[in-house]
Amino acid sequence: MQKPRIRWHIAVFLAPAVLVYTAVMIFPLFNTLRLSLFSKVDQERVYVGLQNFQTLFGDPVWSEQFWNALGNNFWFFLIHMLVQNPIGIALAAILSHPRLRFAALYRSAIFIPTILSFVIVGFAWKLILSPIWGIAPGMLDAVGLKSLFAPWLGKEEYALTTLALISVWQFVGIPMMLIYAALLSIPEEVLEAGEIDGITGMSAFWKIKLPLILPSIGIISILTFVGNFNAFDLIYAAQGALAGPDFSTDILGTFMYRTFFGFQLQLGDPHMGSAIAGAMFAIILVGVCIYLFGIQTRMRRYQL
Amino acid sequence: MKRNIISLALAGTALVATSAYAEDVTLTIESWRNDDLTLWQDKIIPAFEAEHPGIKVKFTPSAPAEYNAVLNSKLDAGSAGDLITCRPFDASLALYDAGHLADLGGMEAMGNFSDVAKSAWQTDDGSASFCVPMASVIHGFIYNKDAFAELGIEVPNTEAEFFAALDKIKEDGSYIPMAMGTNDQWEAATMGYNNIGPNYWKGEEGRLALIKGEQKLTDPQWVAPYATLAKWGGYLGDGYEAQTYPDSQNLFTLGRAAVYPAGSWEISGFNALVDFEMGAFKPPVQNAGDTCYISDHTDIGIGMNAKTANPDAAKTFLSWVASPEFASIFGNALPGFFPLSSTPVELEDPLAKEIVGWRGECESTIRSTYQILSRGTPNLENDTWGASVAAIKGTSSPEELSQELQDGLASWYAPQQ
Repeated sequence: MQKPRIRWHIAVFLAPAVLVYTAVMIFPLFNTLRLSLFSKVDQERVYVGLQNFQTLFGDPVWSEQFWNALGNNFWFFLIHMLVQNPIGIALAAILSHPRLRFAALYRSAIFIPTILSFVIVGFAWKLILSPIWGIAPGMLDAVGLKSLFAPWLGKEEYALTTLALISVWQFVGIPMMLIYAALLSIPEEVLEAGEIDGITGMSAFWKIKLPLILPSIGIISILTFVGNFNAFDLIYAAQGALAGPDFSTDILGTFMYRTFFGFQLQLGDPHMGSAIAGAMFAIILVGVCIYLFGIQTRMRRYQL
Repeated sequence: MKRNIISLALAGTALVATSAYAEDVTLTIESWRNDDLTLWQDKIIPAFEAEHPGIKVKFTPSAPAEYNAVLNSKLDAGSAGDLITCRPFDASLALYDAGHLADLGGMEAMGNFSDVAKSAWQTDDGSASFCVPMASVIHGFIYNKDAFAELGIEVPNTEAEFFAALDKIKEDGSYIPMAMGTNDQWEAATMGYNNIGPNYWKGEEGRLALIKGEQKLTDPQWVAPYATLAKWGGYLGDGYEAQTYPDSQNLFTLGRAAVYPAGSWEISGFNALVDFEMGAFKPPVQNAGDTCYISDHTDIGIGMNAKTANPDAAKTFLSWVASPEFASIFGNALPGFFPLSSTPVELEDPLAKEIVGWRGECESTIRSTYQILSRGTPNLENDTWGASVAAIKGTSSPEELSQELQDGLASWYAPQQ
């Protein structure tokens, strides 16, 4: 009997990723969670257990802001699910049409905003929608719809939806690319077999392609969920840390930032900030678990 | 043998550092004003060194956004400069409490400043002062003189005249009456509420009474400014809800708006951009002849690192900063940042001169929310931004807004409970 060799190469190959990931992700994550159990009393850091969370959910000053941010976050996510992903799928379906000309051009054009910085996107859209210098009022005027224009980013009732749609504009390329790749991987034979059975055109999409790309849609949904609940940059770039007007665009990310680092005269409170970060982590964890155990395991997969 | 030489050398340097005042001492200044680097190097430092041979000064600023963090870590590590530029109120108070800033109360030159000027860098009870006040910014309204002349409008002194003037500009239609937006929120509070407010709450009297708990934010003098702000909405440009701070600056400097609710820090920027003549008027009073109050907000000070190796030289420098000579160099190089010393300074910029002249006619105060009252959660300053915006937009009534602010303040601030 030969002793099984220790397979060092596995450890060696894993090491760089594990070390880097531990140093920049896992350790900070747990350290943040640890920090949320402390508080600062008279210049000393003391252990307070779950008191920060109690303040966050029990004190009306904090809980009101938290639920407002969470509600806004759900709205932000909902818009992405209802607008970004269907449009992404539709674009992918159109792009994968064999007779479409300039497909590569459209594909790049739609994908380019994804690689732009949030700051550029936020600033560009602020200028486009600006009631003073923007081109949006002029364009609406040209088609006789000037009356529809409003300073959207400055109105409590529209600001969050506007920002969500800007984010959709920026990121619609991602679901499009993923679905596009999934659609291309569907073998011709399957579609031809369907054609023989009389399934063509739109019904081929609904009955053959859609069930086959469902796992990709699931992945996109979960990416959207995680992305949206971690969102911060666009709101911060467009509306600042106070997420105006009147906190109508405040999401968990901006709430956490304001609390952790402080704002204007408000001094930063790393411990309460960590508590909010902990709550965000829990929400995302629950969401991902629901998806993994509730949805993904029940999804039917087809061997192609 | 070698060790002996080193210890001798060490002893030698120690001797030099402690005894020889006549030898050159170098002072390093920590600051966030990297915009002012050339001003310090070309004007301020040479002027000081010419008068005080033996002391060399180095100005080493860091980026404004990083200043607090960089300074804190340098102070903790013991590598911070001898002189420290102070942010107003709690940021510097925290440094003093942590033992990083020295008490300057005993310095004779501190007598050159009024109590309001010193209040930004004092302990709550006023027993210790830890920074020499350098400059303040004054609020008021900057206006387009050409536009006023064209429309035949006189500079308003009372609130009725102010709104009459705005009505006239609006009626004429060639100018936006007032350039301000609510998108960035702070303008509404800083250039709105805290600009016009002191006339209602009688400056320091009301501000201190609020801190002591003798007045409440729901008292008429604190509610009325919101009612006045509510009238502003109609005179701001189309879509002011999404108008940002740079938008407002551009609207005014391009000559499209007639009045700009301002802070004096705009002066040097505006001077470079406008091609019309600018004037300024103070926040209007309610009735002709009322005492006027202005927000003369303390913004920059300078203090001494408690662990500096050259306390005497540092104090010499601070005394010089408190002198009229420094005030005149600083005030003229940065029009709009007004020296705080009680001796009047001759400024050359006409607009800055006009604004600083208000100090002689009106009572000075600082922004009501800055001292002590914005220390807790919810933060009164941030809430005031939101409330001022809501007042201008008319989304809540002034009474509701004041009640909310009062409830927020009372939730953590004992004297208001």
